Formats: sequence, C-alpha cells, structure tokens
Amino acid sequence: METLRFAIDNWSVIAVRTGEHLSLVSVAVVLAIITGVPIGILITQNRAWADRVLYAAAIVMTIPSVALFGMLIPLFSPIGYGIGYLPAVIALILYSQLPIIRNTYTAIMNIDPSLREAARGMGMTPLQRLREVELPIALPVIVNGVRNAVVLNIAIATIATYIGAGGLGTFISRGISQTDFRQLVTGAVAVSVLAIVADLSLVYLQRRLTSPGLR
Amino acid sequence: MIRLEHVTKIFAGITAVDAVDLEVGAGEVCVLLGPSGCGKTTTMKMINRLIEPTSGKIFVDGRDTAAVDEVTLRRSIGYVIQQIGLFPNKTVEDNICVVPDLLGHDRRQSRKRAAELLDMVNLDPGIFLKRYPKELSGGQQQRVGVVRALAADPPVLLMDEPFGAIDPINREVIQDEFMKLQAALKKTVVFVSHDIDEAVKMASRVAIFRAGRLIQYDTPDNILAHPIDSFVADFVGSDRTLKRLRLLRVADAMVGDPPMVRAEDALDTAARLMAERGHVSIVMVGPRGRARGFVRLDAAQGRPGMVGENHEKLPCIINIRDDLRTAVSQMFMHDLTWLACVDDDGFYRGYVTQRGITHLLGATYRDR
Repeated sequence: METLRFAIDNWSVIAVRTGEHLSLVSVAVVLAIITGVPIGILITQNRAWADRVLYAAAIVMTIPSVALFGMLIPLFSPIGYGIGYLPAVIALILYSQLPIIRNTYTAIMNIDPSLREAARGMGMTPLQRLREVELPIALPVIVNGVRNAVVLNIAIATIATYIGAGGLGTFISRGISQTDFRQLVTGAVAVSVLAIVADLSLVYLQRRLTSPGLR
Repeated sequence: MIRLEHVTKIFAGITAVDAVDLEVGAGEVCVLLGPSGCGKTTTMKMINRLIEPTSGKIFVDGRDTAAVDEVTLRRSIGYVIQQIGLFPNKTVEDNICVVPDLLGHDRRQSRKRAAELLDMVNLDPGIFLKRYPKELSGGQQQRVGVVRALAADPPVLLMDEPFGAIDPINREVIQDEFMKLQAALKKTVVFVSHDIDEAVKMASRVAIFRAGRLIQYDTPDNILAHPIDSFVADFVGSDRTLKRLRLLRVADAMVGDPPMVRAEDALDTAARLMAERGHVSIVMVGPRGRARGFVRLDAAQGRPGMVGENHEKLPCIINIRDDLRTAVSQMFMHDLTWLACVDDDGFYRGYVTQRGITHLLGATYRDR
C-alpha cells in the first residue's frame, strides 16, 4: 500500500526515469541492429570468421555488467565522457551483439540451400538474393534476437545508474542505500513492466513484418 | 539452340565432365541420362554458368556464354530444380514473376502472363495466384516451379530432375502437362534425369553419360534398339525392347483397310471374307462404320443365318493414337492375339496383331 502511494505521489519522476531508461535501451538496440545484422550476414561467408566473431561476442556476455560499466570509465575519461549516457549506451550495444549477430547468422545459414540455388539460377545478384529471399526469410529469427537483446538491455540498464546515466535503476540503488523498500519495489516493478511491454510490442512488430507465407 | 564444344570440368583434380561435344536443336528436348556422379548435372549447370567449365566453349543461340555477363545469361535461361525452390515469403504470383521483375518488365503484363501460364498447367489462377507455396501440394509446387521458369519466355530451359521428388502417379500427370506445354511453347530444353522411362517419354534425343563422358547421343528409339555398348544396354534395361512400345502408336502397327461385315450380311459372306484373308475372325460394323462386334470363322463357316444374330461382343477396342504398350497390355489382359482399332469417333479403322507388333519392333534390327 505504501509502495503504491509512493508510486502515485512520484509518478512524474517515474515517467522521467522510464524515459531515460527507454532512451538508453532503444538507442543502444538500434545501433546494435545497425552493426550486428551486417556482421551476422558477413560472417556467413566465412566459417572461421563466424566462429571467432561469435566467440568474441559470447565473451562480452560473460563480463559482469557492473565491471563492464566500470571498465569503460577510464576508456572514455580522456574525451570527457567517463561516466553518464555515452558509456552506458556503449556497454548496452556490446551486450546486444551476441543475440543479434548469432540470430542473424543462424537464420541465414539455416535457409534451405535449394532456395539459394534457385535464386542464383534465375539470375539474382548476391544483393538481390539477400533482399528478396534471405533477409525476408531470416527476419522472424533476427527479430527474436532483437527481443532477447531488448529484454536483456532493460535489465542491464538498471546498473547504468551507478555511472550516472539515470534510468529506473536509480530507484533500486536508492532503495538499497536508503533501505527504502518502496523505492526498491517501485523500480523493480517498473523495470519488469517495461520489459514485458517492450517484448510484447516486438512480438507484434515481428508478426507484422513476417510474410504470411512463413507463419 | 545449344552447342557444347569439347567442354571439360575438373574439380580438384577429378574430371567430372570429360570433353563433351553436344548439340541440342531449337525446340528439342535433350535428356541427359546416367547414374549419379556421371557428370550430367554438372554438364547442365555449365550451360547457365552455375558451374564454370575448365575448358571448352558453350554456345546458346549462337552466343558464346563466356562472353555474356552471367546474371544476364541466367535471366535468359529458365531453370527448374528437383527441390523446386519456390520462395516461401512470396506468393505464387510473385514467385512466377521473379525473373520478369528482375528484368524490369511491366508488372501488370507479367502478372497477366503468370495467370495464363498457371492455367496451362491446370491450376486455377483465381485460387492459386495469391497463395503461398506452403499451401500447395508437392505436385502443385512443381507446376508453379515450371511456370516460374517460363514466365519471362526464355528460349532455353534447364531442368534438373524436375519431377524426381513427385509421387509416381502425379509424376505421369505433370510430365504429360509439361509435354503439352512444350508442344505449344517449343522451348529448347536440357533435362537431367536418371529415369530411363522418363527419358524415353520426354526426349527428342537422349544423351547417355558415364564417368563424365558422353557415351551415346541418339533418339530414344535408337538408344533402346541399338545401345552402343554393354553399359548403355544394361542402363536402359534388359526389357528395353518393351520400352520401345511406348514410342510407337497403334497406327504404326495397324493393318488398315480391313475387311468388315454388317449385321444384315449373311454368315456366308463373312466366312468367304475371312477365307480370302486367312483370318479366323472378322469385325462387324454398324451402319456408319463403328465397330460393333465380331464373328468367328467356326461360327460362320457352313452355317445359315445373318451376322447380326451370330456375332459376339468385342472384348476390347483400342484407339489408333494409343501407344503400343497399351495395346499389348490389353491383348495380354483379354488373352487376344489381335485388337480392333478405332479413331476418336469410334469408326473401325483397322486391326493390330501380336505378329504385326513383333514385326514392327524387329524391323530396325533387320535393316542393319
């Protein structure tokens, strides 16, 4: 009850924090798609490179998020961005790479080779093949990777408050340091709700983008 | 027209295709036939440069394919594969129009053509154009696959075991449909198969491959009648002469201008006509010449009465356009040595006998 009252009294602050949180995650994921999808496509051309890239992306995932944020501080301090928004986004982009690259790579590698042969035999250039056949068929799996990345980032972005990037993590960190149960629960619930809503919207988007012939 | 001049393909030191010379005339169906690994598919794929020849030249309609951009070349050659390869994300209509769209043809016109072609393979455009491949059966998908290869009206068609994955009953139907389509469109077709029956049915000429070499290139009947060596003989099968029955029509073996009687003729007349020809039975026709029944010699000889009261029903008649395989099958089924042959309207045209068929099949051996 007290928690609910706290949430109602502070709804405007919650809205601001949610906005910060969303901004971190969405900018990071969009940039991760722009980098990850082309990387995923490129590595389908070379097995050895695919193994290396996927391995590197997997190693990034094993770095504890608090440590990664901490490691970025000395890296970005020389240009005056050791803490705050920029390193937070960079960290989230790094965490998004594995699900997006891996899903893009797997989806394209799993396309029936006879489709590729038919496309070649009919006179499609490699780019036309990608645009007309491979990407549309791979799309549902790629969007699944994006969903993974988004949910993961919404959780990880709560740590960003420790390097001053704001977001819903602020409630949680203050809740812990001030032993204020209301703030802690408000933050936790808000993060969960955000994750669920974001995931459901992406499911909807996935359905809209997938050809009826693939459902 | 397609011409291969001394075409060789070597994969990592292994010669897959060895100095093949081959010429396919415009409008002909050339079936490349042989066991797996004999180089037939590699030979076909070199024509649209999915595989580049190691040496030798390939000409399509007089153009050296090596001098044409490979993408341009492929768009001018229809391509059908065994796995069909319809794009699951596109509707049947968009699948068919892939090449016309790549070539930038007028969309409305190519879609109209798609509907016409679909109709030619007995798929209702109203039902199928907007469907997705997964909503079609295997046979329907391959019909669309064939139509897709024809959509941009290429003069040349390459088909890689196109009907190999379709169940036997549907395969016959789709082969017949393709032959009808081919009779109307007269494409130059290179068709890879490992099925001798399919080759005999479809081919103007059959090219038999073994270990990368072209062993024999001839008409189906010559391949069956005169296999060049024991390999070809074994490959086409010990029943090869029976397979030739498929290539011949009833009309080829039929004795025309046959004797016939009418219901109102006397049995005497029937007996006399049979005696003149040395026959043991004679066909009775209706007033306008339709085959109605027959009379046996022992039932007519020395007996009074009319043909109409003493005839028997014909156990079976055969159309002059049927193939001899059907004719022989009917003879065996009804234990007959001869069959009455009729045209499409049922008029009695002649008869075929087992001896006549044997004689016809044997002609090619006697000539040599």
